[in-house]
Amino acid sequence: MTGKRDPLLSVQGLTKAYPGVLANDDISFSVLPGEVHALLGENGAGKSTLVKMIYGLVHPDRGEMMLNGVPYAPAKPGDARLAGVAMVFQHFSLFDALSVAENISLGMEHPPRPADLSEQITRVSQAYGLPLDPDRLVGELSAGERQRVEIIRCLLQDPKLLIMDEPTSVLTPQEVGILFETLRKLSREGTAILYISHKLEEIRDLCDSATILRQGRVVATCDPREHSARELAELMVGEILQAPERTSANMGEVVLDVSGLSLPAPTHFGTALENIGFSLRAGEVLGIGGVAGNGQDELLASLSGETRTAPHCIRLDGRPIGNLGPNARRELGLLAAPEERLGHAAAPDMSLTENALLTGAIREKLVRNGVISWAGTRKFARRIIGEFDVRTPGPETPARALSGGNLQKFVIGREILQRPEVLVVNQPTWGVDASAAASIRQALLDLAQKGAAIIVISQDLDELMEISDTFAALAAGHLTKPRPAHGLTVEEIGLMLAGMTTEEAPHADA
Amino acid sequence: MLTLEKRAIPSRFWARSTPVLAVFMTMIAGGVLFALLGKPPFEAIRTIFWDPLFSEFAFYYRSQLLVKAGPLILIAIGLSLGFRAGIWNIGAEGQYIMGAIFGGAVGLAFYPAEGWYIFPLMVLAGAMGGILWAMIPAMLKTRFGTNEILVSLMLVYVAQNLLSSVSFGVLKNPQGFGFPGSRNLSDYPAAANLDLIEGTGFHWGGVAAILAVLAAWGLLSRHILGYQIQLSGQSPRAARFGGVEPNRLVWICMGISGGLAGLAGLFEVAGPAAQLTPDFNVGYGFTAIVVAFLGRLHPIGIVLAGFLLGLTEVGGGIAQQNLGLPAASIQAFQGMLLFFLLAMDVFSNYRLRWATTEVV
Repeated sequence: MTGKRDPLLSVQGLTKAYPGVLANDDISFSVLPGEVHALLGENGAGKSTLVKMIYGLVHPDRGEMMLNGVPYAPAKPGDARLAGVAMVFQHFSLFDALSVAENISLGMEHPPRPADLSEQITRVSQAYGLPLDPDRLVGELSAGERQRVEIIRCLLQDPKLLIMDEPTSVLTPQEVGILFETLRKLSREGTAILYISHKLEEIRDLCDSATILRQGRVVATCDPREHSARELAELMVGEILQAPERTSANMGEVVLDVSGLSLPAPTHFGTALENIGFSLRAGEVLGIGGVAGNGQDELLASLSGETRTAPHCIRLDGRPIGNLGPNARRELGLLAAPEERLGHAAAPDMSLTENALLTGAIREKLVRNGVISWAGTRKFARRIIGEFDVRTPGPETPARALSGGNLQKFVIGREILQRPEVLVVNQPTWGVDASAAASIRQALLDLAQKGAAIIVISQDLDELMEISDTFAALAAGHLTKPRPAHGLTVEEIGLMLAGMTTEEAPHADA
Repeated sequence: MLTLEKRAIPSRFWARSTPVLAVFMTMIAGGVLFALLGKPPFEAIRTIFWDPLFSEFAFYYRSQLLVKAGPLILIAIGLSLGFRAGIWNIGAEGQYIMGAIFGGAVGLAFYPAEGWYIFPLMVLAGAMGGILWAMIPAMLKTRFGTNEILVSLMLVYVAQNLLSSVSFGVLKNPQGFGFPGSRNLSDYPAAANLDLIEGTGFHWGGVAAILAVLAAWGLLSRHILGYQIQLSGQSPRAARFGGVEPNRLVWICMGISGGLAGLAGLFEVAGPAAQLTPDFNVGYGFTAIVVAFLGRLHPIGIVLAGFLLGLTEVGGGIAQQNLGLPAASIQAFQGMLLFFLLAMDVFSNYRLRWATTEVV
């Protein structure tokens, strides 16, 4: 990477404004052929807008791009693909009911004959260590395999630049390993990769250079391997980050005991829970890892009381509560914060005050004889806003007007301020900016310190390793036995996450 | 190219002004409709909106206004609670008929006894009739997951046939010379729902409507049930998380709306209609749906909308008599009001703008 070579893509002064925000402000950077270039930044820093401009989905207000030394201004993604730019999106656009080959052929302008296509897919998938059967239905594939479909769809176009948007957010550590080997192989063959992520260790592991964005501007361009993850994070956030602190945990008695919890899938697309069992002591933080869609929502619903079970499946302080509803459980001290902030943890069009009532009515005694004390509720909402640093004009603001991080602080704060005995949170920092995520984790640890038992369900393994005392993995509705989190290796976690399904080892024979 | 862009927060301005704009658009489109029917459009619109209030015979029409607005408001208040919770009782007309049959039958059963207790018993029976009829879709929905829109609507036609049957059968006036229809309740003082103030059109139904408006207002603004109703409508998943039992809410909302519709039916049959006939009902149960939405499902809004639709009922009647407009055109006119209201509602959640072409 001497810089002597001509860049494959160079971006000069790209600017894009949306009503009310300057998403990209005078962005310049360049990517060399064969380089793995990271685009690093928090949610809302402007990464997506930038790559959408490169991929022709959005048109810049100002600035220009050069690809291979020629001016490049794609009017639509088709132009970008013709020019050799391909993109793998964070959210897959695949049809469950169609086969791998059919899905890939749908995305092509001139699809070859099905037999030829299948053969091409098999060839590419073998060449890059991404095993995939062209005839399988996409609906049967794991998240990692679906991503392979998207990657192979891109590779069939023989791209010079491959854009990958947060590719590892749905993968297990083993799958991440497979993906990285593929990306390195591509890079060796001369394909440049623009890799979007906010996971610092990954970027230090994989990327040759990094462009760091903050609030729509480039704040640094550097070699990520020459900086510590902490330095990168501080560049990204623009402030000094406090790592969560906790003094040694004093664990008390078992407060929550779950045994033999099995539930059929609530909908066609849901996951059945199978014989889940664990126990949780006062002051303990249990981290439950696993890729979303493996029963996380179902587990949370069965703990919050939205789904009922036989009474003895869930015991709180020895008392069977499996048949109790959410409010009865709240009364006993079992609180929860679901993953989906808008529409589940909070009602989008209701004010923060009204949303404070949603779960606070019972423990904060905001309702007497059916009559709501709005004054008391407003006071409670103000307390949440004040103590958890929720940035909002006031408690009358509707929930959907808050940013993800601020609303999440409100949702978590609402439960924490009710002094739970057991708190269950699902994806507490999903889509939340780094500083809000840090403060949420700290608040959870502080709560555990005071003797509450906490279950954190998360896809973010770094997060779980940071705050958990014990760790278990949820895969296909099965929960592994919780193990002490301290000293678990990435390999061990990966095996736990792979759970009951046998993991293919595609690179073993390559 | 014109595109719709979602607003971050629904516009309060548009939410308030769409009802007024919808009325205005309805006047225009209605005028076109009347012109196509070969009737003078301006005169027709004037007859509908102006004559009931300010014409030569307004003294009579004004009392009619209260007679029409009362049941519309009473029914719409009940419907609005369910609509807010996302429970779509479309069969208020059937519940209204059943209220009239039950309440009327109780009154007729006492004939010719006198007693202060007869009318209250009829009121109770009327409410029960509406509630029972609404419990059918509620039960089918909570037990078997049927669609309450379809079931409640189909039960209107069942109720209609029951009404026919009793008017020709068990409740037929024995001294009615074979004509269909019950005894005339206005001739039976213990069961009659007469004007409380002579000549105003204000009977016990008006009192019930006022009480219902006040109760609904209190319920929605201060009571946990009102909160749960609004929460369930806006965000069903959040409601379940907040401990709301969806089925319980179905029973409550269907019960309240059925009960109020039943009351309206009883007050009508004991008052202005005065007797059960196969066609005493004139579609208040359906018009009340328009009233509820036009009033933004808000108690005060429903009062205003009730009077407006009452006006079109009275004015529409005049237009039928004086201009020979077909009755169906008045119903189409009212339907247009709902259509334009819902269509204009897009602007509270979206803004219209010229898009710079952005291909996605």
